[in-house]
Amino acid sequence: MNKRLGYWMSTAVAAAATTVALVALPAMAAPAKANYPAKIGPGEGQLNIVAWEGYAQDAWVKPFEQQTGCQVHRKYAGSSDEMVALMRQGGGSEYDLVSASGDASLRLIYGGDVQPVNMKLIPAWQDFLPQLKSPPNNTIKGVHYGVSYEWGPNVLLYNTDKVKPKPTSWAAIYSDQYKGQVTVPDNPIQIADAALYLKAHKPELGIKDPYELTQKQLAAAVQLLQAQRPLIKKYWAQASDEIGLFKNGDAVIGAAWPYQTNTLAKDGVPVADVIPSEGATGWSDTWMLSAKAKHPNCAYQWMKYVSTPKVQAQQAIYFGETPANKNACSAMNKIEPGACHKYHLDAPASYFDQIHFWQTPRIECSNGKRNCTSYRDWQRAWQRVKG
Amino acid sequence: MSQGAAIDHAPPARLGRRLSAMLWRRPRWAAAALLVPPMGWFVLIYLAALVTLFVAAFWQVDDFTGEIIHRWTLRNFETLATSPTYRTIALRTVGIAAAVTVTDIVLAFPCAYFMARIAGPKLRATLFTLMLLPIWLSYIARVYAWRLILAHDGVLNWALGEVGLPPANIGYTNIAMWLVFSYIWLPFMITPIYAAIERVPGSLFEASADLGARGLRTFTKVTLPLVVPGIIAGSIFTFSLTLGDYITPVLIGGTGSSFIGNVVYANVGIANDIPFAAAFATIPAVVMLIYLSIARRLGAFEML
Repeated sequence: MNKRLGYWMSTAVAAAATTVALVALPAMAAPAKANYPAKIGPGEGQLNIVAWEGYAQDAWVKPFEQQTGCQVHRKYAGSSDEMVALMRQGGGSEYDLVSASGDASLRLIYGGDVQPVNMKLIPAWQDFLPQLKSPPNNTIKGVHYGVSYEWGPNVLLYNTDKVKPKPTSWAAIYSDQYKGQVTVPDNPIQIADAALYLKAHKPELGIKDPYELTQKQLAAAVQLLQAQRPLIKKYWAQASDEIGLFKNGDAVIGAAWPYQTNTLAKDGVPVADVIPSEGATGWSDTWMLSAKAKHPNCAYQWMKYVSTPKVQAQQAIYFGETPANKNACSAMNKIEPGACHKYHLDAPASYFDQIHFWQTPRIECSNGKRNCTSYRDWQRAWQRVKG
Repeated sequence: MSQGAAIDHAPPARLGRRLSAMLWRRPRWAAAALLVPPMGWFVLIYLAALVTLFVAAFWQVDDFTGEIIHRWTLRNFETLATSPTYRTIALRTVGIAAAVTVTDIVLAFPCAYFMARIAGPKLRATLFTLMLLPIWLSYIARVYAWRLILAHDGVLNWALGEVGLPPANIGYTNIAMWLVFSYIWLPFMITPIYAAIERVPGSLFEASADLGARGLRTFTKVTLPLVVPGIIAGSIFTFSLTLGDYITPVLIGGTGSSFIGNVVYANVGIANDIPFAAAFATIPAVVMLIYLSIARRLGAFEML
């Protein structure tokens, strides 16, 4: 009997190996070809989106569903890496749209996961800030792989009762003044924040762009982050994690999005945020259409809808960020007087330029040399930091 | 013709009878028919997945686009072997799994002994219900509850403050993880130990007492050796469940709390580096293989 069982087992293993060999066909990656629709057809009734927490609130999703009949199914992602992974799930046809930040958009384009978007179908695009009409994070050789959405800086969030005086430098999260009460995102792109700090405080390293680091510069950033580790209470994975940490008194200072500040302030937690003197990293998001979207008409409807001044204003005020559509100013002021100025939509171009927007680190530096570190180097380095 | 018509009245019965007669004459076919569905399932879902895992561990990922390159390389295993980060994570995972197992044995033994030997039938039923009740609640809900208990302004620190003790501040640490794991997997240790103790005939205890052995002697010479297989069976649950967990480290752990499962999750779900994840996932598989072969030697499988 045992002998026969052994026979069965070896047959099984052989069958399994054959299955694997058949499945494992080589795959090549390249940007997806344009397949522009001439006009937006009737909606498919469904729309599956991957979004940042706070990017698909009922306040603007419900009216969209009523207008178009497209039921919106939301999946929130905590990091750019997660967004990229979700867009590749199930062969890439599971989700139609993603609100990708600059550190994910190029990966999605070169991975062939997203397709070019016909800007003629997005009339509000004409009113976008000039820097966001064809930004390098979503437009390659004049081909638009998505519609710019909103942007803003990563801020230093602090508890106003516990942190005095008001911090003015990122040094507050690198020195042991608030040991054990600091929280920063659990995200490899956090290395850029360390690089930005080093750029100001250790000019001898010669860091020019926090997303273009040589091995030596990356090592310095990792060293800074490893020294920071004993000060950290927890690396937060989701915005709600950080909100919980501040609410329960586990953290009093940390790197955050303005969304956390707004949510905590609404719940009566004494918090404020600041852009420290070193400047800040930030995000510039793009709605991108999956190369294998099952509901392209609903997706186009959505991109058209969220580019309009009203939705851009609602989104900006809810999350605490700045719209791409410059006509959103009056709509913002209507929701909250002075909001247009508060969220910098009327700010001069110099404000936009001081934010170091998230990018995907690549081996190829912008000067053409191939001695920069890739995103995978950053991921491995981040695992070394976390331990 | 009329005869044929009479038989044609019940073609399904005829077909069924033919089939059963044929299978009776050829017992091997019957065995094959019975074995094919579970074997197919086993091969496709289980073995194929495992083989894919091991094969994928030798591939690599394009640095920029994140696409998998199907070219054989040992790079993933090299990274694992040379990087102290991953060694620490592997040791931490195995270490905490072992600590949780020992803790659960210590906690479960008296409970199981009391339930099997001392408690009456009514009390026993009540205790069983109480022990199993938490399992009916979602795992996530229980872990979140612990997060609130251990938080800085949580129940634990509040209670300590009320009795005049300094705050414990163990929220988001490896100690917190050990506590939560020990709590969550405890029922999986009590049940097999209870079953093992219950199986020991009462006459053995009487014989031991007749021969002059006191409580401790009876425990070390009679009870413990007979219950060891039950303990091992329980430890398979607590050890493997902790070894494979990745949710509690995210929710309860702090800095330096990553488990093998977290690295696997980060590489599959976040970094999309499936080959590296597959390479790292072979470590717990190997650890469990060794553990199970030892457990089998100790006769634990008769207790499952």
